[in-house]
Amino acid sequence: MSSINNTIASYQQKLAISRLGLWLFFASDAFMFGGLLITRFYLLGNKNLNLDQTLGLLVTSILLISSFFMNRAEVMVSQGNHKGFITSLVITILLGISFLVGVVGLEWGNAHFGPGDGAEGAVFYMMTGMHAFHVLTGIIFLGLVLRNGLNKKYTAEKHYAVEASANYWHFIDVVWIIYYPVLYLMGTM
Amino acid sequence: MKSFMSTGIVKGILYQITGSFMGAGILGGIRALMGLSWKTEPAIVLGGLVGAIGFMVGVGGFKDWWKMALGEEVNEASQVFGEQGLKRYFGFSLDHKVIGIQYGILSMVLLVLGGSLALIFRVELAQSGLQILNFVQFNTLVGLHGMVLIASILMGIAAMSNYVVPLLIGAEDMAFPRLNAFSFWIAVPASIILMSSMLFGGFETGWTAYPPLSVRGPMGIQMFFLGVFIVGWSSILGALNLIATVLTMRSKGMELFKMPIFAWSVLATSIISLTATQLIGLSFQLVMFERLFEMSFFTPSNGGNPILFQHLFWFYSHPAVYIFVLPGLGIISELLPVFVRKPLFGYKWVAMSSMGIALTGFLVWGHHMFTAGIEEYLRVPFMYSTLLVAVPTGVKFFSWVATIWQGKARFPVPMLFVLGGIIVFLLGGLTGPPSGTVSTDLHLHDTYYIVGHFHNTMFGGFIFPIFAAIYYWYPKITGRRMSETLGKIHFYLMTPSFFLMTFGQMRIGLLGMRRRIADYDPAMGFDFTQLLITIGGYLIAISILIFFYNLIVSAKKGESATGNVWNSRSPEWDILPSPAPAHNYAGIHFNVVGEPYDYGLKGSKYVELAQVEAQSKESDE
Repeated sequence: MSSINNTIASYQQKLAISRLGLWLFFASDAFMFGGLLITRFYLLGNKNLNLDQTLGLLVTSILLISSFFMNRAEVMVSQGNHKGFITSLVITILLGISFLVGVVGLEWGNAHFGPGDGAEGAVFYMMTGMHAFHVLTGIIFLGLVLRNGLNKKYTAEKHYAVEASANYWHFIDVVWIIYYPVLYLMGTM
Repeated sequence: MKSFMSTGIVKGILYQITGSFMGAGILGGIRALMGLSWKTEPAIVLGGLVGAIGFMVGVGGFKDWWKMALGEEVNEASQVFGEQGLKRYFGFSLDHKVIGIQYGILSMVLLVLGGSLALIFRVELAQSGLQILNFVQFNTLVGLHGMVLIASILMGIAAMSNYVVPLLIGAEDMAFPRLNAFSFWIAVPASIILMSSMLFGGFETGWTAYPPLSVRGPMGIQMFFLGVFIVGWSSILGALNLIATVLTMRSKGMELFKMPIFAWSVLATSIISLTATQLIGLSFQLVMFERLFEMSFFTPSNGGNPILFQHLFWFYSHPAVYIFVLPGLGIISELLPVFVRKPLFGYKWVAMSSMGIALTGFLVWGHHMFTAGIEEYLRVPFMYSTLLVAVPTGVKFFSWVATIWQGKARFPVPMLFVLGGIIVFLLGGLTGPPSGTVSTDLHLHDTYYIVGHFHNTMFGGFIFPIFAAIYYWYPKITGRRMSETLGKIHFYLMTPSFFLMTFGQMRIGLLGMRRRIADYDPAMGFDFTQLLITIGGYLIAISILIFFYNLIVSAKKGESATGNVWNSRSPEWDILPSPAPAHNYAGIHFNVVGEPYDYGLKGSKYVELAQVEAQSKESDE
């Protein structure tokens, strides 16, 4: 009996350490995103980039909704609802891919400047590109979670991989919540 | 031969070479398909990156993570017993002590490389006129000397923290053993990439890589950027691991304010490297992208601003100085009480001063840019925040002096290096305020005075303490002591040579000798002092050769020392035998029963074996 308790205790402790490590990683990554934010204000000040507002609003909504489904997926796996977990996860991945298509596929093609066209181009492509790179890695993590989920590797008690990729997904979402107004909304023409 | 080829590092390097050619080839192939001509610069960047990943595949760094990603179970690190003997140091190991030694070896290799680069360009400078180098070669050597030694220092502090911190806090290993091994091994291909910048035409900018020069110069700068960028991963992940270790893996009863002081300084250092390193990575990445994709971040004619680079760069590179020195200062505070047999004066204040230095370190970067054309109103605030750093640093000095006061000092080699470190760092501290004050800095900026000041802080804050640490913990690693005689020769040769070098540098700096200049006017009258500096540099090199001889020979022939050689109270000496066993305290439980540094107080104990306590309770009953 005590050996089972020991195993649970050591799993709980490992979980706590892993969570701390994940949050330290977020703190570190936030500094990089913050550096890009500073770059934007330093080079462009109060300038509006004159981007496609409809598309911007659309991709932002897509990403926010994907975070909602990610949260559902995590709650469902912790309740042991396997089918719901898989469904929500697939929806999250699809929304994530549509976000990428929206930003990299459509917005990059539509923008009225290229990466070499002055500070506007440099800042816009760098910020959206860096964020899209993180979304892409997030989708890869979620893809692995989906694969393992289909193989029934996660239980209601043990599913740290789901939790970690969900947190990562929300983190990327929060970054976009700051980047969206800074790139699309603020400033004067 | 087969076993040689299957050694982790050999396999890694082979994979790196293959990966580099593959990366370059893929890019060339894609460009050819798109109908574009061959371009070397993007090819070597992608090649370098793929090569680094290839190295990690070759060394086996992804094996367990791949299994984890597929949801398979992997062994707990405490269940893994790696290879024994010398071979374990050349392959992928999860043991923090092995990784610590590996970091140490890499640090010493880079120290020799970086030092040798300096020896070459010192010959050029010994005399006015150009003798052996051209301008680009000279600038490449100066820049690489700086950055290779920065990498060496980062590896050196990682070596000390990796080996010592888990032992000091009573942990079996680091919090994330696989991440720990990854952060070491990724630094190996990164160092190779960094050195390879010499093969691609070198670079002209010095270690700071300021645009617009770095945007225009030869493409060796790309390898420099890429190498530093990847060393940055190593630094960030290592710091993450150390913070998690110190916060969660402490032995039972060891509260934060009861842990050995070195753990505090590692915590403070790691907070800086976890966060600030991102900014140097970002700034270098932006220049790389500006060169590769013509994204105009730093070119004013196309909307950019070169000052932005300096802000991003110094936001890391100034706190980086505290990354380099804080562990060293921690070593001084850690060893001093052992050798003067007195409590460390003001433990809490010393612990908090490390945090204070780390936090104020984030507010001072602008003092590197007084002459760069930053906004006028920023100068004075940055001056005051810079001078503020002297307060927590002063707390440390006050504590050291008060600890030494009326102590019963012994003077074995580690203590000599501790005292040398204090004196040299004091010189570095005193030469700092003139460089941080706007009015004087306008004259001192970019002169050899800054070079002298910087070498003071690096020698006092890192070189002397790491030698102290190596002499001190060597018996813990090998079970043998290093030769005291050779150690004393090392110390008494290195210290005066260093003063010769640094005073020479500061003297000609005050007289107007500028940095990063291959030649100078003989009419300035610097020739003799420059010659003395070169001689000082070579004497330091000789003393370090003696150290290496001592290091290698003592491993086999040194005086056997398996017990508590230094009469220390900390658990790794008090409880563990030397050399330290695999998995440290596995099966041993100890309780923290007192203060860590109460040397000289009768009957006081820091740690006690749990069994002993249980037995004494029984006998009481």
